[in-house]
Amino acid sequence: MRQRVVFLIFGTLTSLALLACGGKKDEDALMEEETAKTSTSAAAPAAPAAASAAAPAAAPATGGATVTGKVAFDGTAPTEPAIKMDADAYCKSQHATPVYEQEVVVNPNKTLQWVLVYVKEGVNGSYPAPTAAVELNQQGCQYHPHVFGIQTGQPLKVVNSDGTLHNIHALPKKNAEFNIGQPFKGMETVKKFDNPETGLRFKCDVHKWMGAYCGVFNHPFFAVTNDQGAFEIKNLPPGNYVIEAWHEKYGTQTQNVTITGSEAKTVDFSFKG
Amino acid sequence: MPDRGFAAGTGATNVGLHRFAVLLAAATLLLVFAGGLVTSTESGLSVPDWPTTYGYNMFTFPLSKWVGGIRFEHSHRLIASMVGLLTIVLAVWLQRREGRRWVRRLGWAALAIVIAQGLLGGLTVLLFLPPAVSVAHACLAQTFFCVVVTLAVVTSPRFRDRAPRSFSATFGANPLARLAAWATGLVYLQLLVGAIMRHTKAGLAIPDFPLALGRVVPPLDAFPVAIHFVHRVNAVAIAAVVGVLVARAIRSRRPGLARLSLVLGALVLVQIGLGAATVLSRKDVLVTTAHVACGALVLGTALSFGIGAMAAERRRGNVIPMRPSLSGRAAAWK
Ligand code: HEM
Ligand code: HEM
Repeated sequence: MRQRVVFLIFGTLTSLALLACGGKKDEDALMEEETAKTSTSAAAPAAPAAASAAAPAAAPATGGATVTGKVAFDGTAPTEPAIKMDADAYCKSQHATPVYEQEVVVNPNKTLQWVLVYVKEGVNGSYPAPTAAVELNQQGCQYHPHVFGIQTGQPLKVVNSDGTLHNIHALPKKNAEFNIGQPFKGMETVKKFDNPETGLRFKCDVHKWMGAYCGVFNHPFFAVTNDQGAFEIKNLPPGNYVIEAWHEKYGTQTQNVTITGSEAKTVDFSFKG
Repeated sequence: MPDRGFAAGTGATNVGLHRFAVLLAAATLLLVFAGGLVTSTESGLSVPDWPTTYGYNMFTFPLSKWVGGIRFEHSHRLIASMVGLLTIVLAVWLQRREGRRWVRRLGWAALAIVIAQGLLGGLTVLLFLPPAVSVAHACLAQTFFCVVVTLAVVTSPRFRDRAPRSFSATFGANPLARLAAWATGLVYLQLLVGAIMRHTKAGLAIPDFPLALGRVVPPLDAFPVAIHFVHRVNAVAIAAVVGVLVARAIRSRRPGLARLSLVLGALVLVQIGLGAATVLSRKDVLVTTAHVACGALVLGTALSFGIGAMAAERRRGNVIPMRPSLSGRAAAWK
């Protein structure tokens, strides 16, 4: 009798362990599996056929105009807190000096970094997605870059350059949410977004401080301000445009601009702190 | 103390079974705390896959990879597996040794619930924590705790000696049991409201205490404020019902019940204190998680009190026999 109970318990234990899935695979096999998962489309299943999928009405119009500008910061820069990386010894070991949150990065010249500037209205025609991937790199337990733009259908290559585990959790509003794991260094996953949206957030639930944002556009007219607060949008064809600047904390601002030829226009923004 | 003499021969097993059920209840409380930690630290999605953990069998996921949020999520899954396993053992044990059919059935029900709970946990990961699934997971967790607590109480030698012949008849004639039912029901409602508040991020919708947005009754147009306020009002209702219960229990001349009622009263006070501290500490992880786990303790204590209140004064006729084991003991009788 006792034997039978022991057998029963042992049997359940074993089947539970088996159920909990296919035994530990070796790292290489796991990695290959992950890397092989290329080009998973992240489009919301119910989304209507995206505009970019429709036959192009007009050939993609590119022009010779350039819009450049600066995003000024008005006020006193908030002090970003130093990130505590104690939750993962690896992350901590990657930084000899303190690392700070990147929500508000005010440059020495009183401009704002990580502002996504893009044409919000006025673009006609459809622009095929570039085949070159945009890379989102996880290094030192931070995302690089912190803010970026991408075209609909363009590959987004997420890379883990860290010797620790990351999960990449995308929180889109108009595309399908995803959450994938990259337990090993060197892992790559390619994703695509089919619907335009701004303020798409990425986070890592392992390392809570990690956050990145992207804007998805059905055209190539976007840029992110650099450590001089400057941006440059190239190859704009003639037209009337609404240019918008987006910042994760300070929101959006818009300006109108008219392009007639291949001129260079300047559009400056200023966010109040 | 229970009269072990009359149950000679089966007494040992009886006590073992009861102790095992108590162990499972304790493990479940720990699991509720571990789950609360997952929610409070927002690490629910730090392991994106299920039932695997980053592609590994969850039982062989290397310790070196327990970093950041994974520490909470993965340990929650492991403790849950342990509790699942203990539940299987308890159900089988009851099936073999328990004389009352409804208790045996309750054992299997516990197993069914823990399996459903595990699946809900997995689902909440795969669906990225939709509030409805997380709320269901939070409530089913404590429902499971209630079932295990019931099993622990009704297998106790003390209860065995005094079990009522009919629960429904006893319930009708027993004001203490009815009060306990009210308390248990209100606390369960409180758990539901608390879970909705927690998973719709309304925990700090009213940031002050004891006032609510500077008033006694805040404007209730916004859902987060309304649900939060319901939780506070219901806490007052619970305190009132438990207050009456304590007074009646003390007058009832049943010292065991009087003592348990005092424990319940104290737990409710601690729980209200922890609730206030949750708000005032702006949801400090440990304070908030303690509030979740102490909530389970309040629920379990109110329930135990109710079952205990239905137990009769000691009468020998009420004794429930152990089930003679199918093979072993039958052979011994020959
Ligand atoms: C089988 C018994 C289980 C019990 C009793 C249990 C209990 C709990 C409890 C009490 C919470 C906290 C809820 C709250 O604070 O509102 C929780 C959260 C959670 N549990 Fe479980 N759990 C179990 C199994 C699992 C399993 C197998 C998984 C598998 C992935 C899981 C995943 C989670 C997750 C992700 C959360 C966080 C939910 C959120 O933040 O919204 N649980 N669990
Ligand atoms: C007897 C009284 C009380 C009981 C039984 C109780 C029970 C609970 C439970 C079980 C939860 C978590 C539900 C889950 O698993 O997700 C919860 C959440 C919460 N309770 Fe209470 N509670 C009581 C009184 C209070 C009081 C007086 C306050 C103070 C204002 C309070 C504030 C909160 C808050 C803010 C949360 C949500 C925490 C978060 O958002 O993470 N509770 N309560």
